[in-house]
Amino acid sequence: MHLSSEEYARRVQQAGPPSPIVRDCLWAFCVGGGICLLGEWFRQRYLAAGADPDTAGTLTSCTLILLSGLCTTLGWYQKLAARAGAGSLVPITGFANSVVSAAIEFQSEGRVTGTGAKMFTIAGPVIVYGTAASAVYGLILWLAGLI
Amino acid sequence: MQYVWAFLVGGSLCVIGQILIDRTSLTPARILTGYVVAGVILSALGLYGPLAELAGSGATVPLLGFGHLLAKGVRQAVEEQGLLGCLTGGLQAGAAGIAASLLCGLVFSLIGKSHDQN
Repeated sequence: MHLSSEEYARRVQQAGPPSPIVRDCLWAFCVGGGICLLGEWFRQRYLAAGADPDTAGTLTSCTLILLSGLCTTLGWYQKLAARAGAGSLVPITGFANSVVSAAIEFQSEGRVTGTGAKMFTIAGPVIVYGTAASAVYGLILWLAGLI
Repeated sequence: MQYVWAFLVGGSLCVIGQILIDRTSLTPARILTGYVVAGVILSALGLYGPLAELAGSGATVPLLGFGHLLAKGVRQAVEEQGLLGCLTGGLQAGAAGIAASLLCGLVFSLIGKSHDQN
C-alpha cells in the first residue's frame, strides 16, 4: 500500500489519542490563574498595610519569587510544572523557578561557572531582550519628545 | 471582583502560552523572552496599563507584566533624565524582581539538592 505523507499524517492523527490541548489549557488556566489569584491576595494585603500601588506590586513579585524558590528547592514546583505547563511557566514564579532550579542543578559544576553562570540560561535572554526592547521604546519616546 | 479578574486574566494569559507550547515548537526560554518583549510593546501602545488597572496581579504577575514594568520604568526615566533614561529606566524598575530571583537562586543552591526533574 502506498500512502502520501499527508494521508499518512491524517491516519496517524485519526488513530492516535485525542489532542491533549484542551486538558493542557485547562490546567494552565487554573494553575496560572491560581498563582495570579495568590499574587492578588498578597497585593491587597500590602495595599491594606499602606504600601502605594507600585511598591505593593514589587513586594508581591518578590513574595511570589521567594515562594517559588522555596517550592523549587523542595522539588514541588517541578511536579506542578509537569501538569500545569505554561500555567507555571508564564507567571513570575516560572522565571524564578528557571533561575533557582538551574542554580541548584549545576552547583556540581562549581559556584562560578556552575551556579553563577547557569542561572542565566533562561533568565539571561529574558533580561537581555526585555532591556533592549525597553531601551528602544525609551529612544522612541525621547525622539518623539524632541519634535 | 478584583480577585475574579485576576484569576480570569492571569489564567487566560497562561492559556495563550500553553497553546504556543502545544501548537508551535517554541522552547520555554523563547516563550518567556517573547512574553517580556510583548509586554514592553503592549505597554508602549498603551494597551497593558488599562489591563493592569482592571486585573491587578492577573496582569502584573505573568511575565507580560514584567515587560510592562520595564516600559513604565523607561517612560518615567526618559521624562526625568532624558536620553540617559533609555538605559536606566528598564532595569531600575525591574531591579527588585531580578535581584530577588538571583539571590533566591544563590541562597537556595547552598541548601538545595538536585531533584529528579520528573
